[in-house]
Amino acid sequence: MSAKLQRTALAALALASSLAWAQTPPNVLVVGQIAEPQSLDPHAVTAVNDFRILVNIYDGLVRYADGTLEVEPALAESWDVSDDGITYTFQLREGVEFHDGTPFNAEAVVFNFERMLDENHPYHDTGPFPLAFYFGEVDTVEATGDHEVTFNLSEPFAPFLSNLAYPTGLIISPEAVREHGEDVGRSPAGTGPFQFEEWVSNSRVTVSRNDNYWEGAPDLEAVIFRPITDANTRVAEMMAGGIDMMVEVPPDNVATFANDASFTVYEEAGPHLWFLILNMKEGPMQSREVRQAINYAIDKEALVNDVLQGTATVAAGPTPPAFNWAYNEDLDPYPHDPERARELLAEAGYEGADLTFYVTEGGSGMLDPLSMGAAIQADLDDIGLNVSIETYEWNTFLGLVNPGLEGKADMAQMAWMTNDPDTLPFLALRTEAWPEEGGFNSGYYSNPEVDELLTRARQSTDLEERAELYKAMQEIVYEDAPWAFIANWQQNAVATDQVQNFRLQPSFLLELRDVSKP
Amino acid sequence: MHTQLWRYIGKRLLLMIPVLFGLSIIVFLIMALIPGDPAQAILGAYATPDNVARINTQLGLDQPLPMQYITWLTNILQGDFGRSYAQNRAVLDIITERFGATLILAGTALVLCSIFGLLAGIISASRQYGLADKMITFIVLIGISMPAFWLGLLLIMFFAVDLRWLPASGMYSMWGGGGLLDLLRHLILPASTLAFIATGVIARLTRASMLEVLRQDYIRTARAKGLHERRVIYRHAFKAAMVSVVPVIGIQAGFVLGGAVYVETVFQWPGIGSMLVNAISQRDLLLVQGGVLIVAAAYVVFNLLADVVQFILDPRVTA
Repeated sequence: MSAKLQRTALAALALASSLAWAQTPPNVLVVGQIAEPQSLDPHAVTAVNDFRILVNIYDGLVRYADGTLEVEPALAESWDVSDDGITYTFQLREGVEFHDGTPFNAEAVVFNFERMLDENHPYHDTGPFPLAFYFGEVDTVEATGDHEVTFNLSEPFAPFLSNLAYPTGLIISPEAVREHGEDVGRSPAGTGPFQFEEWVSNSRVTVSRNDNYWEGAPDLEAVIFRPITDANTRVAEMMAGGIDMMVEVPPDNVATFANDASFTVYEEAGPHLWFLILNMKEGPMQSREVRQAINYAIDKEALVNDVLQGTATVAAGPTPPAFNWAYNEDLDPYPHDPERARELLAEAGYEGADLTFYVTEGGSGMLDPLSMGAAIQADLDDIGLNVSIETYEWNTFLGLVNPGLEGKADMAQMAWMTNDPDTLPFLALRTEAWPEEGGFNSGYYSNPEVDELLTRARQSTDLEERAELYKAMQEIVYEDAPWAFIANWQQNAVATDQVQNFRLQPSFLLELRDVSKP
Repeated sequence: MHTQLWRYIGKRLLLMIPVLFGLSIIVFLIMALIPGDPAQAILGAYATPDNVARINTQLGLDQPLPMQYITWLTNILQGDFGRSYAQNRAVLDIITERFGATLILAGTALVLCSIFGLLAGIISASRQYGLADKMITFIVLIGISMPAFWLGLLLIMFFAVDLRWLPASGMYSMWGGGGLLDLLRHLILPASTLAFIATGVIARLTRASMLEVLRQDYIRTARAKGLHERRVIYRHAFKAAMVSVVPVIGIQAGFVLGGAVYVETVFQWPGIGSMLVNAISQRDLLLVQGGVLIVAAAYVVFNLLADVVQFILDPRVTA
């Protein structure tokens, strides 16, 4: 039993020194992340988890203005767009330096985009660059002055500015790429408010204050990003005082933090949509009445309030309200009306139909898919539809759903998070976006009017005109109901009461340049 | 005795070659054949067929499977485990970085569960059906049936959140730490979690094999000679019982390595187990294949060590 005694002694020892480490030091912010970043090379990664670090190390030419998804100047002070929407000319901020001391200028911008887009660029092999297609319409990028850059597009592409504000458009130091090659993702240098200090695998990424930041040095001396994959451990670590802030709080724990005065819960609606893809190629879903019946039958209020415990709001159509300028306020969500649903089913002659429903165990933006799937199954059972669920692990699920549902299932869960109202409908609702054409229209929706509206919206450079086109599109898609519109996720975060001047952004990015923690 | 021992070890080492070769095929095939490809995982929602094809070419996944396997094996035999797609780093760097942490955790747990398991088994056996035996059996049953991740969370809630005695997760403090003491403080909860469950199995087996030995004639003779009961148990019975317990400890080494997957995830221990969990969900083929191969090789080595100890304890084991 002496070993047990030893352990008791050790625990006592720990107790003696516990006061010293139970709290994080002043002016250092410790953030609990959901996973270790894959890389800190902004062009090589795709996960929000990585973006949350990147936006604090790097700047882009433009960025999302605080609290919106609208674009404002960052490393570019101003820009002009030609009337045909083809040529974008940016005037760059002067006197900015990368963290490694090299100057930020037009050559650096050209290097960044050519590395991603030009297969013959000497550093193209430091990829792969999975989101390079965000700039797929870029034909040429030229330094037309020491601090002037001109992009020529192959066709008008309205989301271009918004894509530049996305983390894939962040600017990395060319010198850092030349020096570290494909390992630059572990030794990054940008122009952002914080500069990279160290990355201890599976333990932490530390960044420190950039005293020369062009917008003024931040208050915080340092930020430590800790990967804590298990959500329960992340919550425990927050309660134990090991971290100052955590993102993606499980719904079960939000109330606990909200009722505790030493914590603040932050919430912000994001450009996210959780929906069901309905297979319009075959079976009952070919009928618009059946698709509308599905929308009426599902009790979305119960899903967001009970299953998701208020961490989401009911979706009204294909465009999330976070895109406030393009969102059609006149659309109300399909009400929960089983009676109406039964009538529609009877009209279509599909009472008691058998349906196959693809459900995933979990995945990016999928919230609580198993419980949500079961609740939806029960709602549809209530109107006499016989739904059998097939459950798949996320990557397997994507491998089944993305090539199209034909011959496999009548409905499938899906969720998207985008940075522009163009992206989701353009990639998932157009006739030209059917899976065999390389798109994500896995339910084979096709409406020439929608195709036309989306094409015109993408070519217009006038924001108001684009807004009108998107609103018209939402009305048609709402009526056609190629999807069952379920929920818009509200991202959340918890911080201790010492953390000041923090707010979540609709972009889901974690901007820490104004945060302080005395 | 010595030449015999060396011959035994040599023979076992030679046997490892086909075992590891077979393992390499299984490990490769499992990862290659499960649905969902790496390009899909890298691209996530944006996995259009074009993008997938482009990434597959870059990763060499457009080659036929046997070719991929031969390339992989040839590279490994030259010490090159390839690069992780997700982290864009050499697989061997990642594995060596992580393996040390797992060895510390699993090694500590193995020592703990061996000590407590043997002690509990001996006490149980020598007081069969007594109060101590019943209590130990009860605790051991809890240990065997409790899921590791749940026990781990309970310990975190109690010792880290409520009492604030021990850190909730990680291997070293974020600041001011780094020494042996800091490591030990972080080690207590995960190692105890991992050990508690393995302790049960060792205790049950020690008890059973002790009971069997205690029924033997020579024990009765020893007792009849008037030897002290403690001497009978520890000198005569325990040594004989160890022969059947040692291989079980070897197997428990494998169990502890496997259990480390959950425990490392719960405690955010930077070991190879939590790395594999992430790598599998990211379909990081080369990292999973390399990692599993190394863990499997370690398991084979642990078993070899256990067999060698058994060989020394019991010369009847033949080479």
